[in-house]
Amino acid sequence: MHEEIIFSGFGGQGALFAGQLLAYAALDCGLHVTWIPSYGPEMRGGTAHCTVVIADEPIGSPLVRRPASVIALNLPSFEKYEPLVKHGGVLVYNSSLIDRRPGRADIRYVPIPANDIAEALGNVRQANVVLLGGYLAATGILPLAAVETALDRHLPGRQRRFLESNKAALQRGAACVLEAVPAAPAEQTANPAAAAD
Amino acid sequence: MARELWKGNEAIAEAAIRGGVEAFFGYPITPQTELLEYMAARLPELGRTFLQAESEVAAINMVYGAACGGVRAMTSSASPGISLMQEGLSYIAGSEVPIVLIDVMRGGPGLGNIQPSQGDYFQMTRSAGHGDYHPIVLAPATIQEAIDLMYEAFPLAEKYRTIVILAADGSLGQMMEPAEMPPARPLLTEAERPSWAVRGARGREKRIITSLFLKEEELEALNLRLQAKLKHIAETEQHWEEVATADAEYLLVAFGTVGRTCKTVVREARQQGIKVGLYRPITLWPFPGPRLRKLAEQVRGILVAEMNAGQMLEDVHLATLGRCPVRFYGRMGGVMILPDEILGALHDLIADQPADPAARRREP
Repeated sequence: MHEEIIFSGFGGQGALFAGQLLAYAALDCGLHVTWIPSYGPEMRGGTAHCTVVIADEPIGSPLVRRPASVIALNLPSFEKYEPLVKHGGVLVYNSSLIDRRPGRADIRYVPIPANDIAEALGNVRQANVVLLGGYLAATGILPLAAVETALDRHLPGRQRRFLESNKAALQRGAACVLEAVPAAPAEQTANPAAAAD
Repeated sequence: MARELWKGNEAIAEAAIRGGVEAFFGYPITPQTELLEYMAARLPELGRTFLQAESEVAAINMVYGAACGGVRAMTSSASPGISLMQEGLSYIAGSEVPIVLIDVMRGGPGLGNIQPSQGDYFQMTRSAGHGDYHPIVLAPATIQEAIDLMYEAFPLAEKYRTIVILAADGSLGQMMEPAEMPPARPLLTEAERPSWAVRGARGREKRIITSLFLKEEELEALNLRLQAKLKHIAETEQHWEEVATADAEYLLVAFGTVGRTCKTVVREARQQGIKVGLYRPITLWPFPGPRLRKLAEQVRGILVAEMNAGQMLEDVHLATLGRCPVRFYGRMGGVMILPDEILGALHDLIADQPADPAARRREP
């Protein structure tokens, strides 16, 4: 097993934290893991991304050119990483904010109206966790419960009041994928709200 | 202790605390700042000293002063900050006071940027200051290794009364990885303080710690003593890691973050049937040259990869002395090297070698 995942979005959308949750969950599952962020002035209002590598043997490079999976929280991330996803890989994306037709036939697209789901749950800032739930459901790389445990253990003190809503966001994201019929690349609509289930 | 997910900068700070640091003096600079922040939070809780100095120049001289008192003192910075510390480092070396310094390297020269780099190799290994000396320079490739090297840095510095530099880079400082902390080492007792330390002279002969020797024969005597010590360190403190070298026909040589990236390259190249190994120096000074020289006699070519323009490359040339072709692949400006770039350079090296190894030896 050697899985590379890039989480990417606007600074403040929680791409880095979603990656950390996955890293904590991987550690709890007894796997090797690295988490490496983009850092620097570009984080202020620009894009922020992190790379997580999960493997069953010690990890060499913490970076990859062509990740197995990408979780795109916004349009610039979708545009940047769509061409880079490895052949046969997965692109999970926030269809509330990304109105694009899939451009490749050799990867799997997993659209999730993450902002709409998070907003319906009462906190649009949990869109990152919705997407993480969708990613886990789409790939089965780690059990959802491992990330719930990571939330229990690692949600910062000032955010504890959001613990249960984060778990709900995770489950709703997963449910969104499991309930969808993924036969063909999902249809995109001009109206993002209409894509929300 | 169980394995926990640690951020590099914080892991190094915690390892230093467990290793017995008593005083930290520093000045914030990205990508090292979390190390200082961690010290600022933890050391006062433990009743130890944290002080944010007004500059790097002040910080290194505070370290110098505290270490003269027999206290385990350290600082950390990133490339431009290390440059500012060079005068103080040289005084410390001339005074033979043990200290520990962390350099979380970033892109240069000048103010450069805040992205990862290995551009301070020359600066650290050649002296990190004026005059004839070398610090011991340790280059971790993983957060666990950074913890382990940091934990042993004070005993190592004290053993030789020398500067020990932990050479990290921005990516190692910023990334997270599971690691296990060693147990906390007890702090030095008064009886364990070094016999040369200045801690108050009441009732005994005064001690003087200085790097000022105006008489040339006295200064030369100091230098001869330093050189003898450095020769001993060079002979006894070389450390490195080898991966898949036993049957290697080609060899990658890389340190720190690029060293770990090369492990991915070795794995991928071997899947393609290329017999390649990795030689990863853990001590940059002393450079582990003799073993590399042996490997150079075994392999058909060496590829050195660094996040700089080819600095350790010079030590590789000095160690191998033309025994096999040596190529270089480097990126600068804070650009991190990805495995496929090194793999491509390795393919280029292989393509340029004559099929018959005997033919290579006949080359001028």
